[in-house]
Amino acid sequence: MSDRHRGGLSRRDFLQTSALGVLGTASVLAMPSVLRAQATGVKLGILQPVTGALSYSGQQGKLGAQHAIDELNAAGGVKGLGKIEVVFGDAQSTPEGGTAEVEKMNAAGVAAIVGGYSSSICLAASQAAARYDLPYLVDVGVADNIVTRGLKNTFRFGPGFGVIAKTAIENLITLNDQAGKPAKTVMIVNEDSLFGSGLAKLLNEQLPQKGFQVLETIAHPTPTRDFNNVVLKIKSQNPDLVIPANYYNEYVLLARTMLQQKVRPKGIYSVLGGAASSYKFVKEFPDAAQYVMDCNHWFDPRKEKALALKKKVEDAGQFFTYELYLNYSNVMLAADALARAGSVDHDKVIASLGASTFSDHFMPYGPTKFVNGQNQGSAPVNTQVQSGDIQVIFPAAFASAKPVFPIPG
Amino acid sequence: MFAPAILIQAVINGVLTGAVYALIALGLTLIYGVLHIINFAHGALLTVALFAVYFAYKVLGLDPYVAVFGIAPLFFVLGYGLQRFLIGPAARGDDRNVMLVTLGLAIVIENLLLYAFHADTRTIDVPAGFDVVDVDGALLGVSRVVGFAAVIVLTLLLWALMKLTDTGKAIRAVAKEKLGAELSGIDVAHIYAVTFGLGTACLGIAACLLIPTFYVNPTVGQSFILVAFTIVVLGGMGSVTGALLGGLFVGVVESLGGLFFGETLGQLSIFLVFILVLLVRPTGLFGARA
Repeated sequence: MSDRHRGGLSRRDFLQTSALGVLGTASVLAMPSVLRAQATGVKLGILQPVTGALSYSGQQGKLGAQHAIDELNAAGGVKGLGKIEVVFGDAQSTPEGGTAEVEKMNAAGVAAIVGGYSSSICLAASQAAARYDLPYLVDVGVADNIVTRGLKNTFRFGPGFGVIAKTAIENLITLNDQAGKPAKTVMIVNEDSLFGSGLAKLLNEQLPQKGFQVLETIAHPTPTRDFNNVVLKIKSQNPDLVIPANYYNEYVLLARTMLQQKVRPKGIYSVLGGAASSYKFVKEFPDAAQYVMDCNHWFDPRKEKALALKKKVEDAGQFFTYELYLNYSNVMLAADALARAGSVDHDKVIASLGASTFSDHFMPYGPTKFVNGQNQGSAPVNTQVQSGDIQVIFPAAFASAKPVFPIPG
Repeated sequence: MFAPAILIQAVINGVLTGAVYALIALGLTLIYGVLHIINFAHGALLTVALFAVYFAYKVLGLDPYVAVFGIAPLFFVLGYGLQRFLIGPAARGDDRNVMLVTLGLAIVIENLLLYAFHADTRTIDVPAGFDVVDVDGALLGVSRVVGFAAVIVLTLLLWALMKLTDTGKAIRAVAKEKLGAELSGIDVAHIYAVTFGLGTACLGIAACLLIPTFYVNPTVGQSFILVAFTIVVLGGMGSVTGALLGGLFVGVVESLGGLFFGETLGQLSIFLVFILVLLVRPTGLFGARA
């Protein structure tokens, strides 16, 4: 038996080993990366943060991509190129994790990469892919600079901050005007990475111009364990509207704490709220979710294909979330571009994506038209939770319910 | 500047949050104080406990406050078994091996949970998660008040166990002089396992108190473990009272830091205070042992 054991460790040893161990645990736990070979044909990189703070969204995104790939492969794969072989990478919820996987995917010879989920990961991963002129399709990441850096390999099918904030504000004004302008003051609660802080900045610039007073903007990290102080601040300022912009777990904690602390503003109007347009949230916390409005990615409920996939997903006991259907749509878009390129040559695929007029999707965007990598027709939709379901309240073209605002009682 | 009412409520929030931190740190400090090992599997075991409480509710319909009476003994047995039959034998008496074994255990547990339950965030909806008590205008969550009371009671019980029972005396004897304790006829391997079991049972209780207002996913333990390690050092390693007071202190620092500097910097303030305390008082705020 050693003296060391008898005497135990010194505090210095404890601190050193604790720090190393915690770092080690965090990195090693987030390590698993699965390469799944299905068949020879065209290799497609699917990048998602399936471990770490964003793992729920990453998993949903992966599921959406897998649904699309299964469907495509069942029909013979990509026309002219054969079946899709998935090269999956776990971004580990960090930009570094994302770029490391891009390197591996490039080495594996993928024709394109789909995914990234968060703005920070998309930004870093698309840049890493740009070094190899490797086509990169952003699934969700909404930061505007993802497509304004002049990277010719990067394409975003869905809308960015600018369009989302503009649509959210326009619809908010319409909503407020229709209700007799009950809302004048707002508070913004945003997560503090690129997504939340970028959106908060835009809202802070634009809301005052439209007659709203922003009382305070509260940023918080992901994860945040407790929202009592945030709600305390909201309570003390009593805003007419609360605008949350954060990821799922934090959104749920915030909504639950607001309900518990009996903070009932005239409206909760999320912009890209992590849970506000989530069937999971509505099912698990119907009281906290009731009347929450959101401006977010949403499918076109008039399209049969959307409803069929929704049913398939729900029948399997899963939730039909925006990560899922955006990744599904992006894989379909990539397959269409690959088929038209007739090759896995990076330049040809990029050219094919750039000229894409893909319309066989179920998002409310119309045929794709990319300008500097951004799909021009993409736009968010406004939803509201009403009696345990999620209804579309704007645009009027396919609204399924009238908005309930201000919140009654 | 914030109104006094807000400041007071922020301090109360901090104390209530700190109580849960304290409970998690209590198990960690107990294991360190006696076994002189740093249990890296602590966060992963907390995650297991949260899953256990979650499924006790979903499958058996047990309210977390009822389930605690089954979960705590169950986790005592789990901890006892882990130390007696896995960590102890695998470590072969070397502290550094123990650390690697617990680190390995953490990785195995979290990845098994990820494999079995995917990354889904799961929550339960019990009345205690939304009920409040009105204390002079301040609405305090019932679950948080219950958590605070439970932590105080538990600390007292642990203190009494350590001071007044034969097992407690044996634990203290092993902590102080392992060889001497062994020569006096104390079954050291058993006492090690009992201590590890007590530390793990604390996690079982913490999970029952936490889940009404929190969520569970396979990596949730990580969000508490860094804070728990900080509390253990801050409070004085191996000190039960230190863990309680350290936990409450960290809760208040985080709460006030969040209020004054924003939530992002609020969490940083924990570590700034931690560094300052160690500069002035290297043994931690309440610890005599290093």
